[in-house]
Amino acid sequence: MTASIAQRKKRGNSLSVFFFLLPALLVYGTYTLYGIVRTFQYSTLKWTGMGPASQAANVGLANYTRLLQDSHFWHAVGNNFLLVIVSVVFQLGLGMVLALIINTSIKGTKFFRTVYFMPLLLSTVATGILWQLLYDPYSGLFNGILSLVSPHEKLSWLGSEKVVMVAVLFVICWQYIPQYMILLRAGMTNISEEIYEAATIDGASPWQQFWRMTLPLLSGTIKTSAVLSIVGSLKYFDLFWVMTGGGPNGYSELMATYMYKKAFQDDMMGYASTIAAFMVIISLAVIVVFQFMTRAREER
Amino acid sequence: MKSNEMRSINKIGFYIISLFFLALFGFPFVLTLMMSFKSQAEYMSGNYWNFPKQIFFGNYQRVLFSNFNMYFVNSILVSSVSVFLTAMIASLASYAFAKMKFRLSAGLLLMFMVGMMIPVHTTLIPIYQLTRAVHLTDNLAGLVGPYISFGLPIAIFIMTAFFKEVSDSIQESAVIDGASPFRIYWSIMLPISVPAISTVAIYNFLTYWNEFIYSLTLINTNLKKTLPLGMREFCGAETVNIPAVLTAILIGSLPVILFYMFAQERVINGLSAGAVKG
Repeated sequence: MTASIAQRKKRGNSLSVFFFLLPALLVYGTYTLYGIVRTFQYSTLKWTGMGPASQAANVGLANYTRLLQDSHFWHAVGNNFLLVIVSVVFQLGLGMVLALIINTSIKGTKFFRTVYFMPLLLSTVATGILWQLLYDPYSGLFNGILSLVSPHEKLSWLGSEKVVMVAVLFVICWQYIPQYMILLRAGMTNISEEIYEAATIDGASPWQQFWRMTLPLLSGTIKTSAVLSIVGSLKYFDLFWVMTGGGPNGYSELMATYMYKKAFQDDMMGYASTIAAFMVIISLAVIVVFQFMTRAREER
Repeated sequence: MKSNEMRSINKIGFYIISLFFLALFGFPFVLTLMMSFKSQAEYMSGNYWNFPKQIFFGNYQRVLFSNFNMYFVNSILVSSVSVFLTAMIASLASYAFAKMKFRLSAGLLLMFMVGMMIPVHTTLIPIYQLTRAVHLTDNLAGLVGPYISFGLPIAIFIMTAFFKEVSDSIQESAVIDGASPFRIYWSIMLPISVPAISTVAIYNFLTYWNEFIYSLTLINTNLKKTLPLGMREFCGAETVNIPAVLTAILIGSLPVILFYMFAQERVINGLSAGAVKG
């Protein structure tokens, strides 16, 4: 008798768990999980995307061997890794500088914070169009400033194979530095004031306090920020698509822009899925390596 | 005396660096505002980036009497419906993860968390095909499903952490009173989770409001476009009218900027949640 009540109660519990989780599982399953599984399945197809996938020919790993030899793709991978490095070094680095600025109690920091944060509110499309205009070879602000120094120079910032990556990377940093500023600043507010007071009494300079206390205590936040920045950089699409479309001549191509072109402009859904699948693999591999490296360092 | 001197030098250095960044992050906004009051004629005559000589309101008229209103309505619709559903669905699941014991709990939670690490663009092609198969392409409703799915991991992450902090005793006394799990969720847990819900709502609203690649792929008709797509549309139609393009950018970004001005702390907290505990 008592056993059956307990059993019924247990069944009731698992039934309600089921109902609480059902909506989330349904949506997440339909789009994210289904999407990932399908991407891997599509990646083995020779498929234009016009007809149904079920009628496309399965070519096994042929798309992958082709991908390994696709120099456009490897150029894009290179650009993605450049983006990773620039993001981690400059976005986190300058984000830290800004976090330190707004974390002080000197007059004016509240106003600084308000303005520093604003780029993050703009959509990437708005940011992209805005900076495109600033970079314009004829009427752009930068060439206007440049012409004050050397009057006849007209630099085509986004049209030059040499300059384009630097030009777009600059804008990406402009937009995302505030993100790391607020993440790091949030981490700083968790450090207690007292240890700084104690350190000041012991005669530690602000510089020493930063290197010996702030930085080590922030290592968790820094690590999370770095992971965010790495994942974000490997999948990045928006600003490059808006500002250059991967051009000129594929010089600012990223994995995601290349995938988009193959899927929706060149009608190569199968091959584009191979690129997408490769992005998943590369992202997971980089994250695993990163976790491994930081963990190994922590243990030392 | 010496240390005082040092301190004032430090202070000057501090302000120089701060003002440099202030200019760097602020100047595009100032320029945009300035440009929005400049006529195309004045711009064409060579006054590219200086102050307008004459204040001109025509750009605002031009933007507000274009399809821009429609883009606005579309964006508000898609973003708010998606935010509402994301928050509801995430809070239900998070309550189960935080307060109910069941097998697979840890595994399922991990499955959702992995969603934060997977590059979402990699699901673009299957989702495009799926949306086409159910005839939801070129339909704003087709964006809601994918948006919720991408918003869920961070939302569940934030809300599960919140519910775990809530003391068990509240729940236990409700159980003794014979309240059902759903009743506990609805009349106790949901009301006290308002702070977490607002964090989730702000974070996801900004993401949805600015989302680009999925709307680019799933929406074609001009009048169905969301603001980011609409800005591009407007920019393409008015390529030579730079002041009008910048006015469009300004107007399109204004709601978010105004909201930020009024609720700065909340927005900043919303956008920094999720990464601190990781």
